[in-house]
Amino acid sequence: MNRSSIARKLLLAALLLLVLAAFAMPLFSMLLTAMREAKSVGKPLLEPGHVPSAAQLGANVKEVWTGRAADFPLFLHNSLFVAGLSVLGMVVSSSIVAYGFSRLRWRGRDALFILVLATLMIPFPILMAPLYLVFKQLGWIGTFLPLWVPAWFGGTFSIFLLRQFFLSIPRELDDAARIDGCSEFGVFTRIILPIAAPAIAVVALLQFVASWNDFLAPLLFLNHEETYTLALGLHMYQSQHGGTPWNLVMTAALLIILPVVFVFILAQRAIIGSVATQGLNE
Amino acid sequence: MATARLHPTLRGLTWVSPWLLGFGLFMLLPITLSAWYSLTDYSLLDRPIYVGLENYRELLHDSVAHAALKNSAIFTLATVGVGTLLSLALALLLEQRLPGSEFVRAIVFLPTLVPVIAAALLWMWALNTETGSVNTILRTLHLPTPDWLGTPTGAMASIVLVSLWGIGTFVVTYAAAIRGVPVSLYEAACIDGAGPFRRLTTITLPIISPTIAFNLVMSIIWSLQAFAVPLVMTRGGPANATTTFALYVYQNAFVFGRMGYACALAWVQFLFTLVLVAGVLWASRRAVYHRGA
Repeated sequence: MNRSSIARKLLLAALLLLVLAAFAMPLFSMLLTAMREAKSVGKPLLEPGHVPSAAQLGANVKEVWTGRAADFPLFLHNSLFVAGLSVLGMVVSSSIVAYGFSRLRWRGRDALFILVLATLMIPFPILMAPLYLVFKQLGWIGTFLPLWVPAWFGGTFSIFLLRQFFLSIPRELDDAARIDGCSEFGVFTRIILPIAAPAIAVVALLQFVASWNDFLAPLLFLNHEETYTLALGLHMYQSQHGGTPWNLVMTAALLIILPVVFVFILAQRAIIGSVATQGLNE
Repeated sequence: MATARLHPTLRGLTWVSPWLLGFGLFMLLPITLSAWYSLTDYSLLDRPIYVGLENYRELLHDSVAHAALKNSAIFTLATVGVGTLLSLALALLLEQRLPGSEFVRAIVFLPTLVPVIAAALLWMWALNTETGSVNTILRTLHLPTPDWLGTPTGAMASIVLVSLWGIGTFVVTYAAAIRGVPVSLYEAACIDGAGPFRRLTTITLPIISPTIAFNLVMSIIWSLQAFAVPLVMTRGGPANATTTFALYVYQNAFVFGRMGYACALAWVQFLFTLVLVAGVLWASRRAVYHRGA
């Protein structure tokens, strides 16, 4: 290796470190603040008596979780309920719809699929006011229904992802099953679904993250505290009268981010891989 | 077999019927209703009253709406422009395949999974004028420490910054596209004596141009929709400096209780989105490289 190539490598490595620091900074800042007492917040990091500690993090977690300011255990329960039903609905409906868009041949199929993709272009702000009125007519405002029922009708990205996967399965498998007397639904449940298990797992994880993170739908459609999800509860917790100390807000934020980070660590390759395919299909 | 065979089209439609139903109920119906409500005065408490084009006329004279339009334009230009350049640069950097790139890629992607409310709070704290980590770092480097959320320019910069934190999706798609460029092209270019910059502009960028066009469209659509971050971080302030158009739609519908006007605003926004997206698609038909063309 010559000298200029070493210099180039060093420069790139320095850039890489800078990028790492920039993107991780807010998360670090959150973690360090969550590890301090209220009176230490804003003090230099290593000032004696104010150093962040794991013990203080434990105390903060306890205070956030059992404090009277917000019923986080209840919010967790609500979030899990909504996310569970959304994941189930999204997996069931998107795989059925994706089957119709990939394994069956019929007129208008591809034109209709373009419409599915085109819905990505409909901005949420144009939908939110009339959607509120639709849910109000249905008597759904203030209930969990607006948060999970739509997932039972499939989602664009999930349908897209599963369709891609279904298309890659050899057709001979279906034909063989049909010759053996398998019905169309049998082909779907016994042949396609088992093979597509990895893709379905990715759809389930992404839907879990989407439900867990959803802030706007709970903000618009929920109206009393007992029904709040964690995302909305965190908003309320921070914006309370007088304001909540930042060390506790950051502790609460840490708690809501942790499960998502866990999911990401669990399925990093699959998640990044599924996102990467988006842009490749013009 | 006893079961009657359905016509293929009917059978196909049956399989995709969940999506059709959802599309009708949660998109087509609200959009249609929205067109009607945009012609009414509707306060949620009373029945909607037909007022013709009054809402659209009001829009022409509403100075907050104009400010919101300008804010959305600035925000979109900044996030789409800087975001595209930054994510391309990051993708190129990650594709140099240095040791540790995989880990950096994961950290760059991670913020896209962080709940938007948590992202907004994290940055509110990091951008705190006195004790935030951003200003602490700037102070250590003897650089000016701006009042991020307290001044109009600072607040706009802040919400742009939070959006840029979430460009991981684009970085990952660009990196995948760059990886797909045939190595033989680079080898041929090297033999012809092309330097790194020339290889970037004559090979990499043209070949990944379909991905750039797709990402531009998605990023314009997302930027025009943005309102959760300003809602939480700045409530549109100071002095409406971060009231994006989408936030103004939200405020009219759910804070001021003016559903009719909100629907009219939303339609105008939809129109702007369509024009911009059509513009990008038109431009990309000329600029985008098509394999085998």
